[in-house]
Amino acid sequence: MALLEVRNLEVSFGLRSGAVKALRNINFTLDRGERLGLVGESGAGKSVLGFSILNLIAKPGRITGGEILFEGQNLARMSARELRTIRGNRISMIFQDPMMTLNPVLTIGQQMVECLLAHRKISRENAKTIAIQKLKQVQIPSPETRIDQYPHELSGGMRQRVVIAIGLLMDPDIIIADEPTTALDVTIQAEIMELMVELCERNNVALILITHDLGVVSQVTQKAIVMYAGRVIEQGPTREIINDAQHPYTQGLMNALPQMAIPGQRLNQIRGSMPTLQKIPTGCAFNPRCDYVMDVCKHQLPGYTRSGNCQVACHMVAEMKRDEVSSEEV
Amino acid sequence: MTDSNQTTPESFTPEADKAPTLWERFRDSHIWHSFKRDRIAQLSLTVFMGYVIMALFAPMIAPFDPYDPTQIDIMNSELPPSWDEDYGDPQFWLGTDAQGRDLWSTILYGTRISLTIGVCAVLLQATIGIIIGLIAGYRGGRVDSILMRCADVQLSFSTMMVAIVVLAVFQASFGTELYQDLAMLMLVLVIGIAEWPQYARTIRASVLAEKKKEYVDAARVMGLGQIRIMFRHILPNTLSPILVISTVQVANAIISEASLSFLGLGMPVSQPSLGSLISSGFEYIFSGTWWITVIPGVVLVCLVLVMNLMGDWLRDVLNPKLYKG
Repeated sequence: MALLEVRNLEVSFGLRSGAVKALRNINFTLDRGERLGLVGESGAGKSVLGFSILNLIAKPGRITGGEILFEGQNLARMSARELRTIRGNRISMIFQDPMMTLNPVLTIGQQMVECLLAHRKISRENAKTIAIQKLKQVQIPSPETRIDQYPHELSGGMRQRVVIAIGLLMDPDIIIADEPTTALDVTIQAEIMELMVELCERNNVALILITHDLGVVSQVTQKAIVMYAGRVIEQGPTREIINDAQHPYTQGLMNALPQMAIPGQRLNQIRGSMPTLQKIPTGCAFNPRCDYVMDVCKHQLPGYTRSGNCQVACHMVAEMKRDEVSSEEV
Repeated sequence: MTDSNQTTPESFTPEADKAPTLWERFRDSHIWHSFKRDRIAQLSLTVFMGYVIMALFAPMIAPFDPYDPTQIDIMNSELPPSWDEDYGDPQFWLGTDAQGRDLWSTILYGTRISLTIGVCAVLLQATIGIIIGLIAGYRGGRVDSILMRCADVQLSFSTMMVAIVVLAVFQASFGTELYQDLAMLMLVLVIGIAEWPQYARTIRASVLAEKKKEYVDAARVMGLGQIRIMFRHILPNTLSPILVISTVQVANAIISEASLSFLGLGMPVSQPSLGSLISSGFEYIFSGTWWITVIPGVVLVCLVLVMNLMGDWLRDVLNPKLYKG
């Protein structure tokens, strides 16, 4: 059994103008120790997916369908009390901006001890020892003194290390990292990413990495999911997606990488922008921006087509596969 | 792997490795620097500390015990302050009141009562207001609407009106005797309950701003309960407005108490607060015995003024948007 299995997940936001589906028909599995990348433009629903795994979507949003099976237990139907024993304990989350995620008026030690005491029946001294040990694991120098400092006394990279230490505090099975390096400068980004991967590997922790950096995804993850307008449009092994992207949107993302541009020319970009969730085009949501748009794209939602080990939601890919099969038959 | 120490070279100097003591932290803090530069803040704090010492050590400082009838001689009544050459008695520095009590001792004890009532009433206000404000702000929605409408209703009755009605009804139904015994408690309760919306509103407003911040999400992701998030994570972040309104509210509570006492609904004459002293002297003011009213009046005005000045200073210090270079 997979560690985490998401089946037909659907999340809606009840707005004044009516319900808006932020996530539609999400399916994926995550095994112990596996690393999964969630990619997409801003507004694709990556962060909503991250939050909904913990069943922590803020009102007016809620999970309207599907299951989130964590070791066979459905998180979508769990009581608040039971959920609290999972959150932070078995599944933890790391956010983008470490300055914002740490409480400015509590020392990092207080915040860590608090989390430990909320989940385990141990003494304050023991909790502090564990906290120091975790800070050591994320390579913070002299953790015994750092633990009594406030977040503003630490540098950005140091703070993100503390956040990771808090994420690791309860030895979780899954860490959801929501753009963990975006707020850091480039030299530190690589260090932090490396540290996270190393720690996940050593402790056999599964990682869900939410990012829009395809470079990071290709280096770090084994599986990748590409999202567009609340729907998965392509998912499969990272290597296949990076080397042989099938969906025109994924191809567009790859071409938009600065490395793909010819020096001296404008960078490639996907024309247009992501539709708002109230106005998702009928048929394939990507059709107004797609270079290969066909008639069928405009009124029929594409199903998933198998291509290698990947699943792709695209009419064109489906047609190509049909052609392949029929040509083989001939 | 190199550490992120390039970004914080200062973190490797030996002093930075030692966690600074509380005193060192305070000495380096913005509050202390601002205090050192602000004459008015220094003066106010000194005067206020003077009041606090007067109140705390009243039994030791006061030459007479104004509550002890055996030390009072009616023959000494209405003596002017000792600097009055004709009638002044060196025994009574500030003169005596209509019952022959030493005014200086009575003022010391009165300050004690006024400050106690002010502080206790504000503690009560703060407790009620903080709890309600936190819940309203954090839970939002219907809970918020109900609690805040209650606050609006409470605010639409003026404090004085509520106090007068409650105290007058109490006095009428339970008799003056019992009232005199419970006067202090009643004043604390009435002033405390009448003013809680001030706190609730201020705190709700800051909670609304705080709860959108990511650290609250992070706390929820950590699996912490609502109560813990409210009191341990959000409340400390709203402390600066609480501190500021507290200074002003203590001053307000002291004024309310004085006004009620002046109207005869506060502290009884046997245990006078500053307000009841002013009131008791007021009857004689036209016969020339000004000191019974004026001296406690000046003491009261100074106390309230000093507290308001401290509140102003605190507000400026704690509001980063008002930093004056």
